[in-house]
Amino acid sequence: MNDKYIVSPAPHFHDKTTTKNVMWNVVLALTPALVFAVYYWGFKSLLLTLLGAVSAMVTEALIQKFRKVPITISDGSAFLTGMLLAYNINAGAPWWIPVLGAAFAIAVGKQVFGGLGNNPVNPALLGRAFLLASWPTIMTSGWVKPKSGSLSGITDLDAIALNLQSLSPKAYDLVTGATPLKVAQTLRDSSFVSSIITNTDQGVDLANRIFTNLTDLSAIKNLFWGNIGGCIGEVSVFALLLGAAYLLYKNIIEWRIPLYYIGTVFVLSFFLAPLKGSGFSPLLPFFHIFSGGLILGAFFMATDYTTTPITKNGRIIFAIGCGILTMVIRLYGGYPEGVSYSILFMNVLTPLIDKLTMPKAFGWVKK
Amino acid sequence: MRLKTFPGGVHPPDEKKYSASVPIVDIPIPQKVTIHLSQHIGSPSKPIVSVGDEVLTGQKIAESTGFVSLNQHSSISGKVTAIGNFANATGSNSMAIQITGDGLDKWIELTDEPNFIDLPLEEMKKRIGEAGICGMGGAGFPTLVKLSPPDDKPIDTVILNGVECEPYLTSDHRLMLEKTAEIVLGMKLIMKILGAQKGMIGIEANKPDAIAKMQEITKNEPAIKVVPLQLRYPQGAEKQLIYAATKRKVPAGGLPMAVGVVVQNVATAFAIYEAIRYQKPLVQRVITVTGSPVVSPKNIMARIGTPLSELIEFCGGTSEEVGKVICGGPMMGFALPSLEATIGKGSGGLVLLNKKAASLNEEGNCLRCARCVDVCPMNLVPCMIVSAIKYNNLDLAVKSGLNDCIKCGACAYVCPAQIRLVQYIDTGKIRYAETKQAKK
Repeated sequence: MNDKYIVSPAPHFHDKTTTKNVMWNVVLALTPALVFAVYYWGFKSLLLTLLGAVSAMVTEALIQKFRKVPITISDGSAFLTGMLLAYNINAGAPWWIPVLGAAFAIAVGKQVFGGLGNNPVNPALLGRAFLLASWPTIMTSGWVKPKSGSLSGITDLDAIALNLQSLSPKAYDLVTGATPLKVAQTLRDSSFVSSIITNTDQGVDLANRIFTNLTDLSAIKNLFWGNIGGCIGEVSVFALLLGAAYLLYKNIIEWRIPLYYIGTVFVLSFFLAPLKGSGFSPLLPFFHIFSGGLILGAFFMATDYTTTPITKNGRIIFAIGCGILTMVIRLYGGYPEGVSYSILFMNVLTPLIDKLTMPKAFGWVKK
Repeated sequence: MRLKTFPGGVHPPDEKKYSASVPIVDIPIPQKVTIHLSQHIGSPSKPIVSVGDEVLTGQKIAESTGFVSLNQHSSISGKVTAIGNFANATGSNSMAIQITGDGLDKWIELTDEPNFIDLPLEEMKKRIGEAGICGMGGAGFPTLVKLSPPDDKPIDTVILNGVECEPYLTSDHRLMLEKTAEIVLGMKLIMKILGAQKGMIGIEANKPDAIAKMQEITKNEPAIKVVPLQLRYPQGAEKQLIYAATKRKVPAGGLPMAVGVVVQNVATAFAIYEAIRYQKPLVQRVITVTGSPVVSPKNIMARIGTPLSELIEFCGGTSEEVGKVICGGPMMGFALPSLEATIGKGSGGLVLLNKKAASLNEEGNCLRCARCVDVCPMNLVPCMIVSAIKYNNLDLAVKSGLNDCIKCGACAYVCPAQIRLVQYIDTGKIRYAETKQAKK
């Protein structure tokens, strides 16, 4: 009798999902956003993305070689981290920004903790936080105008005021030089509003008109297609949703986190934003959902496996927490955008959330 | 109508196409059989024959050694040629009685009770115990124990398990098609013994012919209902089946009788019918021999103790190189090192996988993706149990549900990092038992 058969514990069947195809599928799902970025800003956005990805893979390989552990860059997780990091910088950034950011993300965000599956916070977001703290000017200004669009998403400046440029150079600079969330934040600043025009009453009126145009249907359309200023991978809601639909269909991400995250932002922007007094618009919730990095964050970062809760209820708590923090930072914080910090913050709370939401076994009875 | 099911679970390819339409055939009586003394849960049986003794088919050769134990019978007539360690259907060796046949297949005397349905309950139970019947779905729990609930646990519902949710296997399916009336009679006997008013037959929706046939034969039986179930693994796990059919939750750590239910496999019901009517011991069963390397997959009525190699030969041998031999189904069955082993009372299938299907992927780091959490039918957090075991924290493992795990393998099936969760959990269960033993 031959003893050549493989002996292993059950189950002897496995579905086709592997770490590798999960990671590369996420990369694939992120590609439409890159296509849009190349369309709006040219091939430099592709170059920056590749630099980020390659830097992440090289860093991972070097550290793994140094740690004398198997080199696992083919699993795609380092590529994905580098890609996501690059998606969080603007198309006008110098080439070394994604290189340094991705290297930091992998080295300090992932490998020091033992590599894949062991990092407490999302490495790409940690890399972004590192860049934002070290080179704030590069990270928050110098936005590149998208092809045939404007930074703030307001395309028809005359709709705000006849000849805005000569009426108020300050207001003109704002709507042509800042991203939508920055415009919204600036408009909430009463000292700014009172200084856009010599006559204060007119200033308030002008600010209201700018806000109305910032959140009207044509501006929301620009947000949806991504025809605005912003980071490479975050602008096109359409492209990101395309990728997200693919991941949901492939059962790679789960619906709870994006739904509760975006839902919380929707509800809070409906009630909280008008309270902060920058005028009301029926489309305001959509403005908050489509602008900044929310869609990218909710579908691609807050769904990161390692740094989010494993329990079903935990994921809901996590997502609601992200939504609240995002809106609090956007409306009350010093930064115009709060997605990345809110996710980082909730990442840190993840072990606690898991602990508090451990499910009871089927048929559990109180003893 | 939405089909009934349970929360969680996975949907592996069912692969029943190889053998689902092949009627049950008898395999020629084997020359030698080995009857294992431990084919069931509980204490091993004690041999009552010695080497050299002549035995008849159906003759008792080992007897039960307690309440949770079983009688064993010779499945052929011949001479006892050895009592010792032989390869068993779970991949290891254990004590067994080897019988070399005389080729005559001389049976013990069987009866045919015309009014078997009206036999006294005690006589029925005695016959079941005599016949050495255990659960034939795989776990092998002695049937008599299940049919003797304590007085404070009244049973109102009997569920027949015809789910057969393991991929590849079709032995229960064929039995339901070919022995429909006998299975239903077996079920009525079980209901009578337990005093249960309701009977349900759970069948997965991928067996519409079996569902139709069961419905046809039970249409004048208001107490018996056929329950079609959604195609989902592990639909046939006892607690999941009970929940799907009755919405009752068996308490964690408890038995189905706690919610007034007893579940029996369809093959067991058939064996019970034969035991009570003919006083026929459990010496044969249907086993599906299947998988892509098998030349002509079959559902075989085989004697207990038949060597697996003879089953493969009977199916025309193999057409490609075999990578893995599984006794049972691919989700919970045992991989065997060779074809030396013989079939036991719980062996419903012999599945061969080719080299490609058998290849193992390397285990990676846990990503905390929580796919295992989403599919666990017991609502546990498998990855947490496993990491607790890896770091030798048995307390945390138990708190995370180590002892509630039914080892269905749904978690390991979906794990993208290819972590063999069931193996770790098994290790944990053994270690836990050891520490408990040490504390005593």
